[in-house]
Amino acid sequence: MEKLKIEQAKEMLIFVADQIIAAKPELTEIDSKIGDGDHGIGMAGGLQKAKDKLLKTTEFSGVYEVFEITGKAMLMSMGGASGVIFGSLFLAGAKGAEKKEALSAEDLAMMMHKSLVAIQERGKAKMGDKTMVDALAPAVTAMEKHCFEGMLPMLKCAEAAAAEGLEKTKSYIAKFGRAKSLMERAIGYQDAGATSVWIIFRSMREYVESKGMY
Amino acid sequence: MKKRGIVMKKIINHADFVIPEMMEGFILAYHNYYTKHPEVNGVISKNSRKDKVALVIGGGSGHEPIFSGFVGKGLADAAACGNVFASPDPGTVYQTAEAVSQGKGILFVYGNYAGDNLNFDMGEELLNDGGIQTAHVRVWDDCASAPMERMEDRRGIAGDVFVVKIAGAACDAGHDLQEVLRITEKARDHVLSIGLATSPGQIPGVDQPTFELGENEIEYGMGLHGEPGIQRTTMKPADELASVMMEKLLSELDLKTGDEVCVLMNGLGSTTILEMSIVYRKVQQILSGIGVKVYDADINSYCTCMEMGGFSISILKLDDELKQYYDAPCYCPYYAKEGK
Repeated sequence: MEKLKIEQAKEMLIFVADQIIAAKPELTEIDSKIGDGDHGIGMAGGLQKAKDKLLKTTEFSGVYEVFEITGKAMLMSMGGASGVIFGSLFLAGAKGAEKKEALSAEDLAMMMHKSLVAIQERGKAKMGDKTMVDALAPAVTAMEKHCFEGMLPMLKCAEAAAAEGLEKTKSYIAKFGRAKSLMERAIGYQDAGATSVWIIFRSMREYVESKGMY
Repeated sequence: MKKRGIVMKKIINHADFVIPEMMEGFILAYHNYYTKHPEVNGVISKNSRKDKVALVIGGGSGHEPIFSGFVGKGLADAAACGNVFASPDPGTVYQTAEAVSQGKGILFVYGNYAGDNLNFDMGEELLNDGGIQTAHVRVWDDCASAPMERMEDRRGIAGDVFVVKIAGAACDAGHDLQEVLRITEKARDHVLSIGLATSPGQIPGVDQPTFELGENEIEYGMGLHGEPGIQRTTMKPADELASVMMEKLLSELDLKTGDEVCVLMNGLGSTTILEMSIVYRKVQQILSGIGVKVYDADINSYCTCMEMGGFSISILKLDDELKQYYDAPCYCPYYAKEGK
């Protein structure tokens, strides 16, 4: 089973950033239906900052630092709820982790688990609240369940679980953000944050697959 | 952008540069009063408090003159400003507050929105890690945004103005952080507001208005970002609008004969002082009718939502303590009270 090395983690997160930046119009459209319409702008802006920072950094003190730099760049530039939540997705699980040169599938699953816990502590969102947690929590569960099968199988399962969780957000009433005040009028529309989570997992899978990792 | 044949014209250069260019122009214009933090979008008073609790406010941009324009004497020492309708990031909150910290603690006052709560909380954690004491008051004056039992789900709108005014005076009085917090929370708990929308605003760079409203429609209780309100109806005469809004406010405010209040008529962007004055006339009649005295009133546009049409009515119920702080003088380029 292969491990994700520093240079690969950097390439992977730059690929994730490019995919989110490319999805800006789609995210804007989704968020405009029930939210402020600024989710795509915020995510694309934050990940552009992260990408710039990653490209400028040549020396990393370990593979977790690649994730930390990404999360911190988002956290310290985006603002809004997404800045804290999506910044934490990359930062919280990596922060304080034992220094490593490469991540196993198990390490990646553990990191995402820690991030999920931190996100739920801060944001207070539970499953079914029509937030990014609805895609992230099942993805993390899938990672933990399949991490011993290898990087690619694990990410495939995580992507599928995120997609399923995203689809379910259409049937929920929102508990957070502007969509909350729409009550049942938010039903039928997917959550923009959960859409971003799905794109992030899909992009990680695509990167790993394109590199022939297993 | 085209909507029902009307082109929404935004006077900008490019959507990506709205915030930096706005900040640059604002600071250049008010250079006698303000400086900008060298690294983040923090507006800092040139005459900030010395040896007292510092008051820091903030939130998303696009609501000017709040928050940046409420930095001044007797008001906030600094404002942490975010992107359009998005709260500032934790680094901006932290660095802006650190710049005005006097070692006596920082009180943050901001509107109760998920993004603001998350980012200001993280900013506070960074300050606490650096040994700076902090506290916060989240303003939740919009009575149309959630029922009374879920007060903490309510949004902050123009009531911010009263809370910032009282908080500033409490800081000036030289109280410690705990006492400033108590007085500011009391002010927050004595303010109630309700809004009315007549037309949407538009975020620069987003090709859609923040909401859609029919030609002859209005919506009671709509939020400062176009959050849905409580009732949509056809346009009515000013007196009728005032009556409906006052009925909602009075159902929650415990006002008796002899009570004193301050009233703020706040325009959301494109509604005129002429129109709001007509509404205020009726508001005052209703209050007089139940024996309530208006101690002070204000008709202006302080908390805006781009070119959104409509206004809100905010009522601050006074007692002797709050009156004393309300009477303290304050001055900034957009708001001033001389005291009585």
